[in-house]
Amino acid sequence: MTSNLEDLYREVILDHYRSPRNRGDLPVPPAHRAEGFNPLCGDEVTVYLDVDPGSDTVHDIKIQGQGCSISQASTSMMSAAVKGQSVAEARRLIRAFKALMSIHEHKLEGESDGSDLAADLEGVRLGDLEALQGVVKFPVRIKCATLAWNTLQQGLDEIEAGGTAP
Amino acid sequence: MTGPDTTGSTKGLDVAAIRRDFPALTREINGTAVVFLDSAASAQKPESVLLAMDNAYRCYYANVHRGVYRMAEESTAAFESGRAKVARFVNAASSRELVFVRNATEAINLVAHSWGRVNLRAGDAVVLTHMEHHANVVPWQMLAAELGIELRWIPLTDDYRLDLTNLDRLLDGARLLAVSAMSNVLGTINDIAPLAAAAHAHDALILVDACQYVPHVATDVQAWDADFIAFSAHKMLGPSGIGALWARESLLDAMPPFLGGGEMIRDVRLDGFTANDLPWKFEAGTPAIVEAIGWGAAIDYLERLGMDAVREHEERVTRYAIDTLSARFPDLHIYGPRDVSIRGGAVSFLFDDIHAHDISQVLDEHGVCVRAGHHCAKPLMRQLGIPATSRASFYVYNTEAEVDALTEALAAAEAFFRI
Repeated sequence: MTSNLEDLYREVILDHYRSPRNRGDLPVPPAHRAEGFNPLCGDEVTVYLDVDPGSDTVHDIKIQGQGCSISQASTSMMSAAVKGQSVAEARRLIRAFKALMSIHEHKLEGESDGSDLAADLEGVRLGDLEALQGVVKFPVRIKCATLAWNTLQQGLDEIEAGGTAP
Repeated sequence: MTGPDTTGSTKGLDVAAIRRDFPALTREINGTAVVFLDSAASAQKPESVLLAMDNAYRCYYANVHRGVYRMAEESTAAFESGRAKVARFVNAASSRELVFVRNATEAINLVAHSWGRVNLRAGDAVVLTHMEHHANVVPWQMLAAELGIELRWIPLTDDYRLDLTNLDRLLDGARLLAVSAMSNVLGTINDIAPLAAAAHAHDALILVDACQYVPHVATDVQAWDADFIAFSAHKMLGPSGIGALWARESLLDAMPPFLGGGEMIRDVRLDGFTANDLPWKFEAGTPAIVEAIGWGAAIDYLERLGMDAVREHEERVTRYAIDTLSARFPDLHIYGPRDVSIRGGAVSFLFDDIHAHDISQVLDEHGVCVRAGHHCAKPLMRQLGIPATSRASFYVYNTEAEVDALTEALAAAEAFFRI
């Protein structure tokens, strides 16, 4: 297999794809359910979030849905990364991961430079998630990688707004 | 430019000569010649189409139906000649029945807005099928939300054909049957003439989404006894940006204009306007002039090949693809009829445990271009219980050797994801 593909499909990605973490669901309520769709390929993800209002912590997270190896691996890695973290830390991870995918909030496409990436990544430990960096070379697949993160963000926003599951 | 085989269907297509006519097919990806298997999404263009368009811009370009100077007359004549070729290609009774639009999607929207708003009221039914492209679903859903019409659906059989068991019941009280002539996912060819007869027996009209059919099979709207058909240039070797609505003249005459503006009027006063003659009544604004000229050149090219020879070639390559893929990959699902006499060259396939996106990514590394996704047919995907497929589709320039390249690339993808 060519090095191009090996950049995309790192071993840790294939591991999360074959053995996804945190699969399942949580009773709603008290958990919150957020659904994400990738209109391009029909992939769907459902994120169940149990956020403890007292400590403002992602107490538990479960994932359902279907998708390609990139979206499934990214979803699995996302769930492992945010479980047990504070909501503020989860939001920092979302911002850092999107920066890794060359998506910078509050910037128009094409405006970003290296300093944005450094700012968004400052103080954030991405760990295994860095394996997904190869996706950037395949622009069509960025949406696969970010689907779960956008859905997480949507879920956190809905919880913050006091909304109920759709 | 090498002329394709002009001797007709008995000798088949000279594919080697055809391939030399398509500059994009000389492209290399990762050091190997590109294997372009995505013509159902959009086809490549032969030199003759590129030259006709280039020549129009370089030599006689001007707006149409306006100036009285020579270049404007030449441009108008070339534009209308394109229309005449398209009309003749589907055996329209006259060029007045052939309305240029942007694409097949716009053609269907034109019918929904113009014919639908005048002729449909709450409680009327429009009958669709489970294999329709979103282009032949969403315009009717929008109209249903606006007018309160009822949408009914013809389901599929286990062998990916329309299940016509309850057709008469579905058509009872219907005003329109809107159906694809060839599925862009399954390849299934729907037999339009009996569907048109059934619709007419219930005083309903029939609209045919012929986007996948016209490029590949000789089309005769009069033999079909159709009322509306929609198709586009870019899937049949022509440029993007232009498509056509063909409709019976009496229907177009009775329909109100769709978009308002220049070209579509005969007279405008402060207190109103009079619509232009057919087909210009439906063509507001400056049309896709050079695209119409390019479409005419694409039709010239296909007619030189002969549509019977085109169909025969595609049946052979499709049969080879289905046979080869089935034999090599016993657990590969192929969604669509096995019998190539009732299907076109779009072959959708999926492994249970490898997502279509991942397959297509590896195929791309091997220079093999296929479509991956839901193919703008999500209702069909839901019926099939899958999120996406990969789809290889074949046209006049594709070869059995390219099917072999697909097979080898697929084997590499399988090995990669099943370590």
